[in-house]
Amino acid sequence: MLDVAQEFEKNPRQKILNDYVFASLFFEPSTRTRLSFESAISMLGGRIIGFTDAGSSSVSKGESLRDTIKTVNNYVDLIIMRHPLDGSARFASEVATVPIINAGDGSNQHPTQTLLDLYTIRQTQNTLEKLKIGFVGDLKYGRTVHSLLLALSGFNCEFHFVSPRFLAIPQQYKSHLDVKGVKYSEFLSISDSVQEVDILYMTRIQRERFSDPSEYEKVKNSYELSKNDLEKAKKNMKVLHPLPRVNEIRIEVDNTDKAYYFEQALNGVYVRQAIISMILGLK
Amino acid sequence: MKELIVSALDQGTVINHIPSKSVWEVVKILGLEHFDHAVFIGMNLYSEKLGNKGIIKVRNKFFKAAEINKISLVAPQATLTIIEDYNVKSKTIVKVPDKIIGIVQCPNAKCITNHEKIETRFDVVSKKGQLQLKCHYCEKVAEKDEIKVL
Repeated sequence: MLDVAQEFEKNPRQKILNDYVFASLFFEPSTRTRLSFESAISMLGGRIIGFTDAGSSSVSKGESLRDTIKTVNNYVDLIIMRHPLDGSARFASEVATVPIINAGDGSNQHPTQTLLDLYTIRQTQNTLEKLKIGFVGDLKYGRTVHSLLLALSGFNCEFHFVSPRFLAIPQQYKSHLDVKGVKYSEFLSISDSVQEVDILYMTRIQRERFSDPSEYEKVKNSYELSKNDLEKAKKNMKVLHPLPRVNEIRIEVDNTDKAYYFEQALNGVYVRQAIISMILGLK
Repeated sequence: MKELIVSALDQGTVINHIPSKSVWEVVKILGLEHFDHAVFIGMNLYSEKLGNKGIIKVRNKFFKAAEINKISLVAPQATLTIIEDYNVKSKTIVKVPDKIIGIVQCPNAKCITNHEKIETRFDVVSKKGQLQLKCHYCEKVAEKDEIKVL
C-alpha cells in the first residue's frame, strides 16, 4: 500500500474514480482527515456526498447508525466514516454491503492515520526497520500513538516514551512490546531523549487532563519542543505530529529542517488515494 | 440437622458446583425461567470443594456443549451430569468457550454495542487465571470482574 501511495505522490491527478460516488460521513468534527479524503477523491475524479457533523443528518432526529448506514449504502460505492463511539466502524462494515473506511472510531482506531504515519517515516528515513522512535505527550489516551506503536512493533524498532507519569504509555502496550521482545525506555522530558531518536512523534497534551492547572504549568516546558531542543538532534531526525498542534511545538521549529508535520499531513492525500483505489480493486 | 429431600431425576441434567451467588445468572443464561418441565434450584448448600454451592436440576433437558459452556463465565468450576433412567450417563466439567456471543454486556460505556441494538461478541483472550474477554467491536479487553451478564 505504501508503494501505491508513492505512485500517487508522483501522479496524484489520475482520473480513475470518474464513475464513482463516495459518502463522507463525519459524525464528529475533523479537519485533516475529512479534507484529505475529499481532496484525494476529488483529484482522482470521484464525487462525494455526505455530512460534516451529525447535527446536519437524520441522526439529530434519533436515527440509528444501522439505519443511516443501510440508507447511505444505497447511494454510494464506498463509505468513509468517523464516529465518536468505539467499534462503530466495524459495526457499520457488518451492516453495509459497500466497503467502509474507518476515519476514526472514538478512542479505538484511526488506521488511515497510522498508514500515513508509516508512509512519512519511510519517506524520511528510507526504511521502517531498526529505527529509534520517540513518542512525546499524552501517551495514555492518544490513539494515534497506540496504533502506530502496534504497527511499528514488527519492524525491529526501539521506542522512547516521553510523558508525564500520569499520562504514561499504558501497561497493555508495554506488555505487547515485552512479548515481541521490542526495546523501549521511558523519560520525563524531551531533552533526555531528543538526541537519540530518528523520529520524534509529538502529540498534544490536553490541559484538561490535569486536575490542578498549576501542575500543567510546571511540566509544560518538558513537553513543548523548541528550536533549542533540536540542536543535539541527529542529522536525519524529523519531527512528526498528527495535528492539530496547540502549544507542544513552538512556531520557531516550523522553519527548521527537522519539521515535517505539514508534509506528513500532505501525505494523507496520497495514502488515502492508495487505500481507496486498492479497496475498489483499481490498483 | 434435617435434610430436605429433592426427588432424584429420572432423566435430565444436573448442574452442580455453581457458586451460590451465580445461580440466578445461570438460570438466566440457560433460559430456564421459560422452561416447561421441572427445574429444581438449590442455593447455599454445603460443598467440600467450594464451601458454599448452588445446584440446578433440570428434568427432560439435555444441553448442547456450546449452551452449557456459556455458564463457565459465572460458574467456572461447574460440573454437568447427564441422567438417564435414574443413572449417571456422563459427567463433565464446563469449559470456557473461545467466543461469547450475545450474553455479556461490554463494560466500555463508549462501545457501540451499548448504543445500538447489536448482539455483543467477545473473543476469550485468556482462560488462565483471570478470565479476559476482548470485545469484537471496541477491541477493549474486559476482566471477569467487569463483565455483566445480559
